[in-house]
Amino acid sequence: MSFGPHLLLAILEGTVAAAVLALTALGLSLVFGVMRVVNVAHGEFYMLGAMVAWWLSRLVPAHPAAGFALALVGAPIAVGAVALATERLVLRRLNYEPEATIVATIGLLFVIQQLALTVFGADAKPVSAPFNFRIVFPWFGYSGYKLFVVAASAVVLLAAWWVLARTRFGLIMRATQYDSETAAAFGIPVDKVYAAVFVTGAALAALAAVLLVPIQQAHYLMGLDPLLMSFIVVIIGGLGSIKGSVIAAIVIGMSDGIISVFFSPTLASILGTLLVALVLVVRPQGLFGVPVR
Amino acid sequence: MAAVTLLSTRDLGRRFGGLLAVSAVNFALDRGEIRAVIGPNGAGKTTFVSLIAGRLPPSSGRITFRDEDITDLPAFKRVRRGIAYAFQITSIFAKLSVLENVALAAQGRSGRPRDVLDRVGLAGRADQIAGTLSYGHQRLLEMAMVLALDPQLLILDEPTQGLSDSEIANFVELVRSIAGQATVLLIEHNMQVVMDLAHRITVFDQGRILAEGTPAEIRADPAVRSAYLGSG
Amino acid sequence: MSSTHGRVIALHLGVVLLLFALQFVVGEYMRLSLTRIMLFAIFAMGYNLLYGYTGLLSLGHAMFFAVGLYVAALGTTLAGLSAPTAFVAAIAVGALFSLTIGIVALRASGVAFMIVTLMFSQAAFLTVLYFGNYTRGDEGIVISESIRRFSFAGLPVDLTDPVTRYNLALALLMLAMMTCLAIVRSSIGHVLVAIRENETRTEMLGYDVTRYKLFALVVSGTLSALSGAAYALMFAYAGSTLASIQYSIHPLLWTLLGGAATILGPLLGTAVMFALVDLASGFTNANLLAVGVVLIVLVLFFPKGILGTIRERWLPWLP
Repeated sequence: MSFGPHLLLAILEGTVAAAVLALTALGLSLVFGVMRVVNVAHGEFYMLGAMVAWWLSRLVPAHPAAGFALALVGAPIAVGAVALATERLVLRRLNYEPEATIVATIGLLFVIQQLALTVFGADAKPVSAPFNFRIVFPWFGYSGYKLFVVAASAVVLLAAWWVLARTRFGLIMRATQYDSETAAAFGIPVDKVYAAVFVTGAALAALAAVLLVPIQQAHYLMGLDPLLMSFIVVIIGGLGSIKGSVIAAIVIGMSDGIISVFFSPTLASILGTLLVALVLVVRPQGLFGVPVR
Repeated sequence: MAAVTLLSTRDLGRRFGGLLAVSAVNFALDRGEIRAVIGPNGAGKTTFVSLIAGRLPPSSGRITFRDEDITDLPAFKRVRRGIAYAFQITSIFAKLSVLENVALAAQGRSGRPRDVLDRVGLAGRADQIAGTLSYGHQRLLEMAMVLALDPQLLILDEPTQGLSDSEIANFVELVRSIAGQATVLLIEHNMQVVMDLAHRITVFDQGRILAEGTPAEIRADPAVRSAYLGSG
Repeated sequence: MSSTHGRVIALHLGVVLLLFALQFVVGEYMRLSLTRIMLFAIFAMGYNLLYGYTGLLSLGHAMFFAVGLYVAALGTTLAGLSAPTAFVAAIAVGALFSLTIGIVALRASGVAFMIVTLMFSQAAFLTVLYFGNYTRGDEGIVISESIRRFSFAGLPVDLTDPVTRYNLALALLMLAMMTCLAIVRSSIGHVLVAIRENETRTEMLGYDVTRYKLFALVVSGTLSALSGAAYALMFAYAGSTLASIQYSIHPLLWTLLGGAATILGPLLGTAVMFALVDLASGFTNANLLAVGVVLIVLVLFFPKGILGTIRERWLPWLP
């Protein structure tokens, strides 16, 4: 295959990667934006979503579409429940203190990861796509499902934007992000908002995983890469800036996809991590973020 | 005796995004004086002294201290040159003892810690943990720390805030005794303290210097009156 | 104060003597474990200097350990250096590396600093994998026995011998302990604690805070590299797992458990964690699960760790 079609393939792969990344990173960005905490276990919520999706899909083995629909609903709910438990039992007790939260969520990362290993085993778990539709280009065939993933992700992102910008709930979230003390003084139940945001963040990650898992198998270690990538996106895009995260996800997902196709995935990751470090050193608030006081 | 300019600023300004917190300030402070900076809330007083102390970089203008342009000097170097800053919200080492606090400030100048504690009246509490001191005593501790730096310019940001009357009287005495060795620049809202202590007063309003003069001149100044009355 | 000084010296010397005596009463397995514990304790002590005393949480210390590890391993196997030379080279490179990272990373503070160190460490880990041709990735570099038997200052040294290893590790631990103790009890140490307690006030007392932080980071990184180099040479193995994020979390865990901002805390924490994992592997293979649970419990209920709590309640003079 010559360069042109190869590039097209790379762009398609990059777009899919960007779509999934945008959803995953959105969850992390929301949590940091509103609660000002870094959830290092975010990737494990993603992994849990994939595992639950696999488990649920096995309940309806004959109908992959039904299994997929079940997973689409069930996985975010299940993972959201775990997130709620975490928020109640751990984060709230720590008063969302930044350093303590990071250490605690690191612990959570290990706990969830190892429990998944114990319960689900170390092997990769395949999930069938809900439909098998191939789009035939002159040079290669491409999975229709992958394009569906892009569409689905776009729908969820738009929905998230609409909720944040147009609904009362979104307004409350933005108010809490802007100034939690004043928000509390106005009667906003900051605790409940924090719980809702944390659960939403986890659910979004789980949703992204459900979309991805027919393409890539579920595996107990699969949370680490999305975590790293989400970090990169959120930091480059600006800690706390949703718009910035989405733009950064597109740019980074695309470049990562393209570099991975033409060079090696490892090199792409090295460049990505160094880039994040340098951005933070120069602009601690990320590229689009508001300086944290 | 001719007055020696210790500190001066030329065209000093600082903006935060769209807001001009301090603008076009030309200020001069003579060695040995006690200068009070007053003005309504939000007038830019704390921003102004933060610029002098080096806690904030200016958006425009120059600062000269002891004939040296210190505009680009980082805060810690300004401290070494002789500028000491006492924060509006008391900033001490709460988990260390009173003596340890002052020892850190004195940086090896032996004998200084005990001397300075004597001066502010905290000698009896040398081994007490700073965080357990009363508010007024914590303020005194911070005074002791800045004094231990042997400063030429002492910047005090609302030092009497939250103090009882007797503590305030105590404080006024302390500043009078310091004024012999150091020049004092203080931000104050307590007019009684200002009138008692200040040789001269600088009035800030909306980021600019509105008026400057002796207490009597300022008291009589109509522009100052309206600024205070106007801001309600 | 001299009675405190006496007590401090006595305590630390006592610990060293205890460790020395232990080798005569424990079996081979324990002796091997203790050797490992002592080497990792050096790593943790280095970490503690930056985290416990200066208040800077690094999530990337594995990269310093890895630098020491790989310079020693590659130095002996690829570059043909003798073990002692490679050891010294590893420490020197470790110091230089720490200095470089420090100069860049310290421009960030708070959460940004944590993430910057995490990212640099991740990049280092991935670089180790990327150059798998040389580093043999997960499989690792094995250092031959002939390299580990050498002559130093005319005396024969055999790193394959458990007794030699144990005592060498103990000597290195003592060195690390004395270094940290000296720093912590000096005026530099007092300033580091001041920075941790109230950085703004420390700056406004005229201290060049960045320079002090850089000092702490370089000593911390160098000790970590020393630990890595010793590990490679004593245990004959340098694998990429030792450069992974796990080994950035371990020193944090060991320090928190034993008591941050205490000299002996990291040693105690490392020992307890090794014991815990040993116990847990009777039930489950997931020693990382134990790590996770302990971290959460510590942060929630015992943020001061074992020695930190002891110091608070009973022994205020504990450094």
